[in-house]
Amino acid sequence: MCLAFPARVLTLQDAAMATVDIGGVRKEISLGLLEGVKAGDYVMVHVGYALSRIDEEEARKTLALFAEMERRFGEDGGA
Amino acid sequence: MSRSTRSLDLRQGHVDMSHGGGGRAMAQLIEELFMEHFDNELLRQQNDQAAFNVAAGRMVMATDSHVVFPLFFPGGDIGSLSVHGTINDVAMAGARPLYLSAAFILEEGFPLADLERIVRSMARASRAAGVPVVTGDTKVVERGKGDGVYITTTGIGVAPEGARISADRAQPGDAILINGALGDHGVAVMSSRENLSFATNIESDSAPLHTLVAAMVEACPDIHCLRDPTRGGLAATLNELAGQSEVGMVIRERDLPIREEVAGACELLGLDPLYVANEGKLVAIVPGEAAQRLLALMRAHPLGREAAVIGRVIEDDHCFVQMKTAFGGTRMVDWLAAEQLPRIC
Amino acid sequence: MKHVDEYRNGRLARAMARAIAAEARPGRVYRLMEFCGGHTHGIHRYGIPGLLPDNVRMIHGPGCPVCVLPMGRIDAAIELANRPEVILCTYADMLRVPGSRRTSLMQARALGADVRMLYSTLDALKIARENPGREVVFFAIGFETTTPPTAMAVKEAQRLGLGNFTVFCNHVLTPPAMRGILAQPGVMIDGFVGPGHVSAVIGRDAYEFAAREYAKPLVISGFEPLDLMHAIRLLIRQLNEGRAEVENEYARVVSDRGNPIALDLMDEVFEQRPSFEWRGLGMIPHSALRLRDEFAAFDAEQRFALAAGPVPDNKACECADILRGLKQPQDCKVFATACTPDNPLGACMVSSEGACAAWYTYGRHRKRRRA
Repeated sequence: MCLAFPARVLTLQDAAMATVDIGGVRKEISLGLLEGVKAGDYVMVHVGYALSRIDEEEARKTLALFAEMERRFGEDGGA
Repeated sequence: MSRSTRSLDLRQGHVDMSHGGGGRAMAQLIEELFMEHFDNELLRQQNDQAAFNVAAGRMVMATDSHVVFPLFFPGGDIGSLSVHGTINDVAMAGARPLYLSAAFILEEGFPLADLERIVRSMARASRAAGVPVVTGDTKVVERGKGDGVYITTTGIGVAPEGARISADRAQPGDAILINGALGDHGVAVMSSRENLSFATNIESDSAPLHTLVAAMVEACPDIHCLRDPTRGGLAATLNELAGQSEVGMVIRERDLPIREEVAGACELLGLDPLYVANEGKLVAIVPGEAAQRLLALMRAHPLGREAAVIGRVIEDDHCFVQMKTAFGGTRMVDWLAAEQLPRIC
Repeated sequence: MKHVDEYRNGRLARAMARAIAAEARPGRVYRLMEFCGGHTHGIHRYGIPGLLPDNVRMIHGPGCPVCVLPMGRIDAAIELANRPEVILCTYADMLRVPGSRRTSLMQARALGADVRMLYSTLDALKIARENPGREVVFFAIGFETTTPPTAMAVKEAQRLGLGNFTVFCNHVLTPPAMRGILAQPGVMIDGFVGPGHVSAVIGRDAYEFAAREYAKPLVISGFEPLDLMHAIRLLIRQLNEGRAEVENEYARVVSDRGNPIALDLMDEVFEQRPSFEWRGLGMIPHSALRLRDEFAAFDAEQRFALAAGPVPDNKACECADILRGLKQPQDCKVFATACTPDNPLGACMVSSEGACAAWYTYGRHRKRRRA
């Protein structure tokens, strides 16, 4: 349910619209459900609307957990 | 031929019922548009058929109707597509395509400027491929009963004696090769449909594959299967081949060439690139020991620079196509129930 | 692609598989329900079942709005589409879903109905503006994720004074459905992988009831395969430690409170229905939305007198037990025989996100291996 994709905001336009990029593909979306979005932010897009901003700090934390997990369980040693 | 006093208005004019009526207007359309662009010796004879001699070998014949919306898309149009599509169908038997026929169904009201653009592109594609359009037909249907233009092309060619390329010849141990990136055509066409409204730099991969095939067949006469993964994408083609040969297949996701923009468009629309159409790609199933040699040869050809070995044929009574995911799991690659539509959930 | 590729890394997946295998205790079975159909799809698409130990079992939940929509509602949508003045707009996901007479919107279109595929609700408004002489009905489906865009369209239609735009509302709610499953006797679920994008709207805190009232751990997960495996690992850890908490694996997208603009907008435009039918699960109280009275002018159910009523599901279907985790798709007698994606009989086969369809499309090879 609820397919959404992470996209980078390229430019903001009138009427709470923006152009976003995903893998080199550009699309117009609505920012009507989010406040304070800036160019360069990553947002999750669902049916043409940005639903939430991606929190880079939280993403880093999750990836750090993965890295820690790989140190313990990865191919080169660990458990 | 009786001549009309005024030439066709290719800038402002439109197709009307008289262009299919068998009278002067039709003759003028044929002469000023089709003959003008497709011009070749056989066509100039102005018969209702083309007669020619053929070299020894197995005759190969294929036909394909072309219906595409929109008619013009990045990297091609219905005209070039109708030439490439049929050349490729003939070539997939390992044959050298010789001649094409073209039948046009035009909708009343269709702009002659667009028709000329299509015919010009078709003629360019045919000339570049060295496969002339030697006979044809035109019909006009009433406004609202067509989609601008439909084009059916038929091709004939000759396969060398001994070539036995056929969809039922895949054997366990064979390697599966592809000549380049998946999904470009489908994404290019979808990107030009207004209601999906996204923009990419991806162009259709529409291309004639017969010279690549000729080089492959010469280097490896024992190619087992060739097929172009058009509608239904790679997934449909592999399932067809697996079913007809009564074998299973395993492909490796990591080895599939897919451009980032195609992957991006697929994320956006909820599509799987394995099911997206191609128009300049071929899948080759070849004896395992020939795979690397053939791969090197394909990569040396302009239409095979991104060729890859993507999997192998295995024994499997269920004829399943499976994929080792880049993530490390295994899943089935099944037929789709119908055309792939964008998903929101 | 940033925020995608990092979460599909095969090397990390192997490490994660080892981590899960090390933590899953051989003496017990972990029955984990991924509520969301997008998770079901992802689990199969990336081949995750093959990376999990045999005693970690994924149960596919009812979080696919296409699957759980009762056939009577599809009949009603087809009835609307067949009215000559109506242009019926909907997401492509709904086009091929059969109603009770085995016909779909796609087939209705083939017979002359004006059915259009949408990618965004804004497109429906555009169609309404361009066709002032027609009635444009948006056949709205989806959970809390898809609802705010519908609310936005209704508000915008009001602002523009569009008199020819209505919504046939079928929006449903996640927490009541989860509660509906948990409240049933004999439920065999140890913990939940919580929806990702629904949670982006409703927030982490909306699931506290699962932990507090039903003592079930719940981990909100992203849709990428490493997210899913990470969530599974966190659930196993909670179960091993005897904890039942709401954890948020998808904190980069999901906050505690959700999206306040989206929530306010939903609340302004919609209200809860006293009860709504879920295909395969039956009636669930307070589990769906309808337009508030202030927006009655945009409610297709009020503008058009609809004759289509509820229809019972096919008796052979085991969807109800599959959606509750009591059975697996291959336990159903009609699975892959009478019921296939080309000819779905039950809710779980209707969309590619349904438990049975995902299993059919991606997982049939496993049945053979385990047999």
